[in-house]
Amino acid sequence: MSTSTTLEAPNSGTWDGGNEPLKASYGKLMMWFFLLSDAFTFGALLIVYGLSRHKHLPYTGDPDAFTFSTEWWPIPEKVYNAFPGLHGMDLPLAFVALMTMILILSSVTMVLAVEAGHRMDKNDVQKWLLWTILFGSIFLGCQAWEWAHFISGDDTGMVLSDGTQIFGANLTVNQYGPPLFADLFFFITGFHGTHVFSGVVLLVMIFINTVNGVYHKRGHYEMVEKVGLYWHFVDLVWVFVFTFFYLI
Amino acid sequence: MSSADISIHKDVHHAHDEHDHHHDQNFFEKYIFSQDHKVIGKQFLFMGILWAFIGGFLSILFRLQLGWPEATFTFLEPILGGWIENGKLNPEFYLAMVTMHGTIMVFFVLTAGLSGTFFNFLIPLQIGARDMASGFMNMLSFWFFFLASVILFISLFLDSGPAGGGWTVYPPLSALPQAIEGSKSGMTLWLIAMALFIVSQLLGGVNYITTVINLRTKGMSMTKMPLTIWSFFLTAILGLLSFPVLFSAALLLIFDRSFGTSFYLSDIYIAGEALANTGGSPILFQHLFWFLGHPEVYIVILPSFGMVSEVISTNARKPIFGYRAMIGSLLGIALLSFVVWAHHMFVTGMNPFLGSVFMFLTLIIAVPSAVKVFNWLATLWRGNIRFTAAMMFSIGFVSLFIAGGLTGIILGNSSLDIHLHDTYFVIAHFHLVMGAAAFFGMFTGVYHWFPKMFGRMMDEKLGYIHFWLTFVAVYLVFMPMHYLGIAGFPRRYYSWTTFDSFSMFGDLNAFISIAAIIGFGAQFIFLFNFIYSIFKGRRASMNPWHSNTLEWTTPPLPGHGNWPGEIPAVYRWPYDYSKPGAAEDYIPQTVPFSETQSSNLPHEKDLE
Repeated sequence: MSTSTTLEAPNSGTWDGGNEPLKASYGKLMMWFFLLSDAFTFGALLIVYGLSRHKHLPYTGDPDAFTFSTEWWPIPEKVYNAFPGLHGMDLPLAFVALMTMILILSSVTMVLAVEAGHRMDKNDVQKWLLWTILFGSIFLGCQAWEWAHFISGDDTGMVLSDGTQIFGANLTVNQYGPPLFADLFFFITGFHGTHVFSGVVLLVMIFINTVNGVYHKRGHYEMVEKVGLYWHFVDLVWVFVFTFFYLI
Repeated sequence: MSSADISIHKDVHHAHDEHDHHHDQNFFEKYIFSQDHKVIGKQFLFMGILWAFIGGFLSILFRLQLGWPEATFTFLEPILGGWIENGKLNPEFYLAMVTMHGTIMVFFVLTAGLSGTFFNFLIPLQIGARDMASGFMNMLSFWFFFLASVILFISLFLDSGPAGGGWTVYPPLSALPQAIEGSKSGMTLWLIAMALFIVSQLLGGVNYITTVINLRTKGMSMTKMPLTIWSFFLTAILGLLSFPVLFSAALLLIFDRSFGTSFYLSDIYIAGEALANTGGSPILFQHLFWFLGHPEVYIVILPSFGMVSEVISTNARKPIFGYRAMIGSLLGIALLSFVVWAHHMFVTGMNPFLGSVFMFLTLIIAVPSAVKVFNWLATLWRGNIRFTAAMMFSIGFVSLFIAGGLTGIILGNSSLDIHLHDTYFVIAHFHLVMGAAAFFGMFTGVYHWFPKMFGRMMDEKLGYIHFWLTFVAVYLVFMPMHYLGIAGFPRRYYSWTTFDSFSMFGDLNAFISIAAIIGFGAQFIFLFNFIYSIFKGRRASMNPWHSNTLEWTTPPLPGHGNWPGEIPAVYRWPYDYSKPGAAEDYIPQTVPFSETQSSNLPHEKDLE
C-alpha cells in the first residue's frame, strides 16, 4: 500500500484529467460549443418571428377567398406557391419542399464523406464532398430564385385602401401582408442563407485540402467531420425555419 | 497543431536555463501577435486598465455636472472642446457620457478586461496545461476585442458624439437617427463595436470551455479544481449562451436603423410627422437585450467570486468553507441567471402575474448568494489571516457584495421596483453589487497574481492606501445614493435643479461628487504601483503566498509552455491549508498523500 514514492499514479477516471472526458478532440468540442451558441442566435430570431406573428391577426375567413392584406398575417400556402418555369400555376410549397429535399440530401452526402474519411478513402471523400458542395450550391440557387420571386411579386399584387396596387416585397413595402412578414422573411432566411454560404465556402476549402492530400498526410479526416457537424447544424436550423415560415 | 508547437518549446526549455526565453520568435510574435495565453492575458489587462481610466474619467465629468449644476466648467474646454458651451456641459453630451461610461465599464472593462485577463492567464496555469486549446483563436479573440475598442474609441470623437441612448440602447430612441444626436453615427459605431466584441467573446468562450474540459492535467478532476476555474468555466458558458442573443438583437436593430425594417418600431411620430414603420415592438428588444443583460451581470461578478474564494482561503490559511456548496451555488446562480431577465422590465406594462413569477425566481437567487457569503465569512472565521493587499480587496469585496446584495432583494420585489425603477437607488444597488464589487475582484486578482504575471511584487503599503481610499470612497459615493433614490431622484437626468422636490439634495450631490473624485484619484496610486512594480518591484519567489494551486509550481516568470519539465500531476484538492499534523501550513496539489502520512485523515489513508 504505502509505497511512499512520488511516482504513484494519480486518479485516472473519466473526469480525472489527463484525457478527453467526452472522447472528442478540442477542435470538435469547440465546434459543438459554437453550434450551441449559434443555436441561441437562431433561437432568438425565431422567437422574434413567433412574437411578431402573435402580435398580428390571423386570417379567419374562407381560405379560398383569401386575399393579401396588411390587416392579417398571410397564409403561407398562398405566398409560396410559385415554381420556376410554371408561371401562374398554384403549387403551394412545392418549390420549398424541393429545396428542403435537396438540403437534406446534401446532409446524406456529407455523412458519406465523413464515413469515407474514417476509412481514409481519399477518393470517396472527394466524391461525396463534391456532391455536398453541389447540393449546397443548388440550395443557394433555389433560395436566390425564391427571393427574386418574392421581391418581384405575383400578378395580383395587393390593392391598397387608396386603390393603388403594389407588387412584390422589400424591407418596407410588402404585397403579401404586414411589412414585418417580409422583414422577417428576408432577415431569417437571409441569415440562414449566409450560414449555408459559409458552409459551402468551408466545404470548398476542405475539398481543396483533401485533393492536395493535406488530411491524408495528417493521418485523419477530422476537419471533414468538424465541417460536417456545422453542415448538419445548418440543415437542422433550416428544418426549424421551414416549419416556422412555411408550415405553421 | 498546437501540440506540435508546444513540444518544440519544451525542447527549448530543456536546452536553456528556465529563466531566460530565447525562442526563435521575433518581437511581434512574442508581444504583439502572441499566441501565448499569458501574453494575451496581459494584453487584455492593459486594455482593461486603459478603458477603466477612460470610463472612470467620464463618470467624473458627469459627477461634476451633477454635483455643481450651477457652476461653469470653462477649464474643461481644452479637453472637451465643443461639448462645453459657455462653460456649460452640452446636455446631449451628458447622455452620451452616461452611455459610454456604462458600455465601457460593463463590457470593455469588467467583461473583456476582467475575464480576458484572468481566464487567459489562470486557466492553463491552474489546470496544468501548456496553453489554451487553440492559441490562434485566443489571439483572434484579443484582436477582435482590440478592433471593437478602436471603433468605440473613435466614436468618442465624432461630431455628433458617441452613442447616447443609455448602455441598454433601447429602441425606438436608438433606432431613429433623427431622435437625438447620440443616435446618429455614434450609435452605428456602437453597434459595430458590440458585434465585434461579441465575436471576440465567442472565440474566447469556446476556448475557455474546451480547455477546461480537455486539457486538465492528470488527477485534476472537476472536484479538485480551484474555485477560480469553476467560476471561469461557468462564466464562459453563460457568455456563450447569452451573447448570441444580444448579437441577434443588435443585428435586428442595425436593420431597423439602416434598412427601414420595423422589428422594434411601430406608430411613431417625430416632430409631428408619422413614420412609416408599423407592427414592431420595442418591448421585444428589451426582452432580447435582458436575456443577455441579466446573465451579463453574472458574467461580470462570477469570476470575482472565484478569485475571492481562492484569495480568502489562501490568506486565511484555512480550507475554503463548503467547497462543494460553493460549486453548487455557482451552478445555481448560473442557472437562475437565465430565468430572471424580466425583473428589469417590471414597469413595461407586463402582466402582473408574469411579474410575480419573475420576482419569485429573482428572490431565489438570494439563497445561493447567501450561501457564498456565509462560506466566505466562515472561511475567515478564526483564520490565521494575513492582510495582504489582495486579501484586503477580497474582504472589501465581501462587504460590498453584502451591502449591494441586500438592496437587490428590495428591487427584486415588483411592487417596490415600480417606485424605485430608474432612480439612484438602482444606481447605488448595481454599482455596489456588480460595479465596485467586480472592480474589487479585479484588484484582488491583480495584486494576488501580479508576482506570477510579472515576476515581481507590488508594493503592499501603496496597496493598503489604494484599498482604504477606494473602499471608503465607494461607500461614500453609493450609500447616499440610496437616500436620493428613495426620494425619487431619477437617473440619467442632466439637470435636476428645476425640480423643487430635489433642490434639498444639492449638498448631498456635491458630497457624492467629491467622494467620487477622491475615489478616482486613488486609482492613480494603483496605476503608479502597477507600472512601477513591473519594472522596479521586489523580485518574487516561486510561491510568495505559500499557495497550493498549480500556477505556483511554475518558475517566477513562466515561459512558453509554463512548466520547464513535465506537467505536474495532481493528487489533492487545492485547499489543504493548516491541515493538522502537516509540516507546513499548506500542502500543494502536487503532493501525493503518501508523502503526508502524518496529516492524512482516516479516509485518506487508503489513498497512500
